Amino acid sequence: MLLVNDIDLYYGASQALRKVNLSAETGKVTCILGRNGVGKSSLARAITGRHPVRGGSIVLDGKDISAMAPADRARAGIAYVPQGREIFSQLTVQENLYTGYAPLKRSQRQISPEIFDLFPVLKSMLKRRGGDLSGGQQQQLAIARALITKPRLLVLDEPTEGIQPSIIKDIHNVITILRQQGEMAIVLVEQYFDFARELADYYAVMDRGEVILSGRGDEMVEEDVRRHMTV
Amino acid sequence: MSAVVKSPGFHSSELQSMLYLNGVTKSFDGFKAINNLSLDIAPGELRAIIGPNGAGKSTMMDIITGKTRPDSGEVRFRDSIDLTQYDEADIANLGIGRKFQKPTVIETLTVWENVELALAGNRSVIRALWHKLSSEQGDRINEVIKLVGLKAKTSELAGSLSHGQKQWLEIGMLIVQGPELLLVDEPAAGMTDQETMETAALLKEINREHTVVVVEHDMDFIKALDSKVTVLHEGSVLAEGRLEVVSANPRVIEVYLGR
Repeated sequence: MLLVNDIDLYYGASQALRKVNLSAETGKVTCILGRNGVGKSSLARAITGRHPVRGGSIVLDGKDISAMAPADRARAGIAYVPQGREIFSQLTVQENLYTGYAPLKRSQRQISPEIFDLFPVLKSMLKRRGGDLSGGQQQQLAIARALITKPRLLVLDEPTEGIQPSIIKDIHNVITILRQQGEMAIVLVEQYFDFARELADYYAVMDRGEVILSGRGDEMVEEDVRRHMTV
Repeated sequence: MSAVVKSPGFHSSELQSMLYLNGVTKSFDGFKAINNLSLDIAPGELRAIIGPNGAGKSTMMDIITGKTRPDSGEVRFRDSIDLTQYDEADIANLGIGRKFQKPTVIETLTVWENVELALAGNRSVIRALWHKLSSEQGDRINEVIKLVGLKAKTSELAGSLSHGQKQWLEIGMLIVQGPELLLVDEPAAGMTDQETMETAALLKEINREHTVVVVEHDMDFIKALDSKVTVLHEGSVLAEGRLEVVSANPRVIEVYLGR
């Protein structure tokens, strides 16, 4: 369970998050929605430790992680699939997957067969260079790499951006399976409204660095959310 | 009613377009960042440009200011000047000022000194060393500082300003150079609500004497600007008109919902 309490985040003197609150339950999908530039990725960066927060706290499974370095947060169970995927283009698919070992104890460093059940395409491409994969395949690789760390919290930043529809469907299925397994909380940052609405157990809409609307996915009023996502 | 309000400063002019893009295309590794883009900004106009991520807004600004050369198409300033033939410094000297998203004021100098440094003039070492401000130049600096709302901060270090004030100072540093066309990239990002509204008011004030093109995401800001809006998507113009018109456009709605 993730709890984000009243966090502020600045880039220099410029404030990107204002007193943001968010909770994400284990076994549930929590979607962050909003137009570009409203602070969604900044929130993802704050949770994963890529950028420090100036006020408030971030608590994972009862432990305050606000001051922890990104690597320590990864050890604490946070996995991040960044926008743009950040695959190592010169490493092979297999080597990219091995980078997910970093936060694990030596005895836990293995790729469970389940990874290839979720992403069969990766198994046939283990020796290919990451940079030679299609955008959709790279996105799948980035999610697989995150799952290898056996996270308690998976943060996905716009996994559908620039991805072909068939792979969007595959990613949808993977998120559904992970939710059913109930082992991790999933935070999904999205601008693709239909994708997010189908998956959201809970949702939060951001505008101008603040969460301005939130609630249960099944109680989402499409008109209200759409008003904040369109211009 | 047309969104184009010609200010007194432009009445005598026979100019048709301050900025004219026609069929501009630019690819990066086969990806068309700008795809047959056409845009016409009238003298004295205030225009807001919006669009989702990857719509081509930054590439468009880079092409206008000579940072990026288009693969094809026309880019004209003041009807006849072909901007594709000039580099960044030339284009700045021609009268196109660009405000980048991050403020780059010199924090260890005062507000006044920052604006003084930005004054147009001969940049040779000897000239700069022996430079003396004329009284007109001094008046001009004070005028600009007042315009951007920093009169009370004139002798304070730029480093002590708030984020919003730094952005205004930098806008002042461009204005003092007297550009005919001012391009402003996401000025409201990171600003407080009040600073955002004051920035919209400032740009409208500046628009009385300068043509202004603003790229922004912040819809409260765009509403306050109350200007014609161009929506970019996949490198071309998806819709253009008053905000209430483009925001009711079904294609614009679909694009913003990621469909």
